[in-house]
Amino acid sequence: MAWSRDDMARRAAAELEDGFYVNLGIGIPTLVSNFIPSGITVQLQSENGMLGMGPFPFEGEEDADLINAGKQTITELPTTSYFDSAQSFGMIRGGHVDLSILGAMQVAENGDLANWMIPGRMVKGMGGAMDLVAGVKRVVVLMEHTARGEPKLLHRCTLPLTGQGVVDLVITDLGVFTIGREGMTLIELAPAITLEEIRQKTEASFTMRAALG
Amino acid sequence: MDKVYPDAHAALAGLLRDGMTIMSGGFGLCGIPEALISAIRDSGVGGLTVVSNNAGIDGAGLGLLLETRQIRKMISSYVGENKLFADLYLSGELELEFNPQGTLAERIRAGGAGIPAFFTKTGVGTLIAEGKETREFDGERYVMERGLLADLAIVHAWKADREGNLVYRKTARNFNPVMATAAKVTVAEAENVVGSGAIDPDHIHTPGIFVKRIVRCQPYEKRIEQRTVRKRSN
Repeated sequence: MAWSRDDMARRAAAELEDGFYVNLGIGIPTLVSNFIPSGITVQLQSENGMLGMGPFPFEGEEDADLINAGKQTITELPTTSYFDSAQSFGMIRGGHVDLSILGAMQVAENGDLANWMIPGRMVKGMGGAMDLVAGVKRVVVLMEHTARGEPKLLHRCTLPLTGQGVVDLVITDLGVFTIGREGMTLIELAPAITLEEIRQKTEASFTMRAALG
Repeated sequence: MDKVYPDAHAALAGLLRDGMTIMSGGFGLCGIPEALISAIRDSGVGGLTVVSNNAGIDGAGLGLLLETRQIRKMISSYVGENKLFADLYLSGELELEFNPQGTLAERIRAGGAGIPAFFTKTGVGTLIAEGKETREFDGERYVMERGLLADLAIVHAWKADREGNLVYRKTARNFNPVMATAAKVTVAEAENVVGSGAIDPDHIHTPGIFVKRIVRCQPYEKRIEQRTVRKRSN
């Protein structure tokens, strides 16, 4: 059985380490905050200028001056700090953020990522995605394995890139892949997903961790 | 010299001309200089290039200046919340330059700090780097981006004193402090205008040297784009 969105978020949360500073993208990555393992502390960074992002406010306690990068109302924590956009991206570009978890339209076997633009459609903009993938120490992609039946893990991205060779780990509803100098490696399969099925739904070349074979 | 003006129109008097470049603070609708944007709309000035992370929404923020076709070009990182924006862009009435958000912030910071260009790894190997100089430092490739300056910056602060020292509130800070440094003239609207000495000098975010004019913005309801809440457990 393929992983649900919550399962994928839980798997991504296993990449968190005690003391990490983490930026979560919009969509499934946002769910990761629900699965932070007990016994560790992480600080969530919101690129509009906040570290130590708290949960959504209780009804009636929303503050228009307190939003995350998805423009959602949030709350602060005892650890919270605020800063301007230049400092926010200074900490991102400067490699001070440990982990970025974001969504993708396409990922290539060499780690190229496309997630901001489909030519011919109205383009909304890249926001902070290009800065995040270029600057954050480790980039984890959380996405559905296919889109309308078409593979999203490719030999080469066909859409305009967000970053070149930037992805370290891909978690889909079918499995988990690492990407490194030696190319793409399948390291986990979702329950009851066969190697044959994942091969059929993946265009990218990949090898398997021995234990999986 | 008194920097405090009675209203937003007075604070912008003599500063607006067709074809100028204006930086406008805010992220989404958070921390936008709403009163000054309205006054720019009322002035009728046109052909503007506006530097702002976003373009407001229909009927609010910079959306007001899109409705009246006063903006010729936007320099932004994300414009997804605005339907009119899409229509104007697709019909060719509006020019658009996308900058990665961090590159945009750093271009403004550099502009204000007298730095004409810098190298960043953001966007290397993407459409953003096309036509730009790239260079290798310590084995890694970087693309050159230019500092950005404007004729006018409009910013929103929580508190200002009469000298123009500014304090922002929570995530309404965002682009406001960097934009305040990067224009020939910066006009700040503030929710509270207080006497000199009323702000602890250690708590000032933008020193008054960057701010030429101040106006107290009348109380208004701040808009929330995505109202997200959690339930109280009983």
